[in-house]
Amino acid sequence: MLAQQIVNAISLGSVYALFALGFTLVFGILGVINLSHGGIFMLGAYAALLLVTWFDLSLWIALPAAMVFSGLVGLLIDVLILKRLRQRGAPHLMPMIATIGAAILMTSLAQGVFGSEARRFPMEWFNDETLKLGTITIPLLQAGITSLALVLMVLMMWVLKRTRLGQALRAIAESPRSAALLGIPVERLFHLTSFIAAALGGTAGILIGLSFNAITPFMGQPMLHKGIAAIILGGLGDVRGAVLGGLFLGITEVFAVTFLSSEYRDALSFGLLFLMLLWRPQGLFGASATRSA
Amino acid sequence: MDWSSWWATYSTLVLSIGVYGLMALSISLTLSCGLLSLANAAFMGIGAYVSAVSTLQYGLSFPSALLLGTLAPSSVALVIGVPVLRLSGVYLAMATLGFGEVVRVVALNLDITGGPLGLNGIPLFTEWWHVLLSVVAVLLLLQALRHSRIGRAFEAIREDETAARLMGIATHRIKLLAFVLGAAIAGLAGGLNAHYTFTLSPGNFGFENAVDILTMAILGGIQGLLGPLLGGAIITLLPELLRSLQEFRMAANGVILIAVVLFLPHGIWAPRRLARWLKKRSKHADA
Repeated sequence: MLAQQIVNAISLGSVYALFALGFTLVFGILGVINLSHGGIFMLGAYAALLLVTWFDLSLWIALPAAMVFSGLVGLLIDVLILKRLRQRGAPHLMPMIATIGAAILMTSLAQGVFGSEARRFPMEWFNDETLKLGTITIPLLQAGITSLALVLMVLMMWVLKRTRLGQALRAIAESPRSAALLGIPVERLFHLTSFIAAALGGTAGILIGLSFNAITPFMGQPMLHKGIAAIILGGLGDVRGAVLGGLFLGITEVFAVTFLSSEYRDALSFGLLFLMLLWRPQGLFGASATRSA
Repeated sequence: MDWSSWWATYSTLVLSIGVYGLMALSISLTLSCGLLSLANAAFMGIGAYVSAVSTLQYGLSFPSALLLGTLAPSSVALVIGVPVLRLSGVYLAMATLGFGEVVRVVALNLDITGGPLGLNGIPLFTEWWHVLLSVVAVLLLLQALRHSRIGRAFEAIREDETAARLMGIATHRIKLLAFVLGAAIAGLAGGLNAHYTFTLSPGNFGFENAVDILTMAILGGIQGLLGPLLGGAIITLLPELLRSLQEFRMAANGVILIAVVLFLPHGIWAPRRLARWLKKRSKHADA
């Protein structure tokens, strides 16, 4: 029973972490709170659903296609909105308001086109194939979701830590201006970051859509709140922190439901968030208190 | 349509214009000190709940309920302000958004706030002149503040915090003052709001509201005090004006937000832009 709950917790936590990772990438590298990340999460889920139900594609094709689609949405937002604001040197709150506008637009369009009711993936996939590991049985779907989320995260952290691309991105996070002076194509990497972050966000949407099997136009907003909580817990703008914050949030939620009751789920995680704000507002891994990035 | 039936239909809307004008002024106060705090909706919620519980469950008079509704969020602001104001820029925005979620979840889980159902049957004490009086009082206060030592300190901190500190300005205390005063105004607005809407629920003061309030201030412009009032009025009226678009009404709202940020960065009411424009015109007239 306990082992089973641990598996559930890691599964949920890894999807939160994937979402938070994209969110924190944009935050750390572009210095922008991208409030449309929840909208992209929702569009990713719908894209996969449409490819599967309207075009009869298998999930193996629909998943990467929907990832690319979400990435392109993120790129579009960067090119149409964020780029102009960067060029103007607009203050921090401008991209926040513009991206919330984009999120409202996405939610409203999704609502207009698909309706407000929850949509589902075709049920025949949810056959009861399971993996047996000793005494724990893990549904194959859950195992797949968790591994995909974990693999993408490890890949992303490896890229940031070990490759030249990652080095360039970290240089930009430190100071876009000095990075540009060093000959790093800053503007192109901003676009790439927006693409990757949105692709990760969209993937999280597909995975949540698969595991709860309910996709609605409004699923992005609560996820955005969890993303904010995860990156505050872990540390603002820190990739490792976002991943740990996301996992931690998932674990807290599952155990709060198991051992307390479902009413306390959000209360517990946000209570921890509040204590964190009082004790270490920069989060567990946040570098310094008064960075004005 | 005669006056009384017009008022019966539109009184909530008119009162909301005033209340959200107050909210936009409250956030413009912290913005004028360079603080990107998004906790104002949460402070409004605390004020609304505290004053509604005071009249509904403890039978206090309206003025004392409003006073409590103003004091409660300011004391909360004082407590969380000390650690949270160590953060700056987007980091502060994030932390205050997180705080807003905490408040919403607390309201959702406490018994005294009615949990997810919220509070019902709050007495309808708010009259139009209460709102008008509050707006005028807050405007006078902020106007006086602008031209005082403290107002100049706000401006110095906004332009360059390090320089301001080197000049001997107690930046932490001044920022805390802006944060607490902003919370007090938001609490007052919340108390007024609770006593004409009849009901309160935790969702009223969440993330969407925080962003709406920020949008009002930015849309109106924060160079002068009229901007936030104008922005509050527009954002409050917009859903009514766009009613014909039906389900795509919200889409129009999104497009307007993006367009304002891209094309009207200083907001609608920008005295400095107006002054420049008038100067240019007079030059043309001379030539």
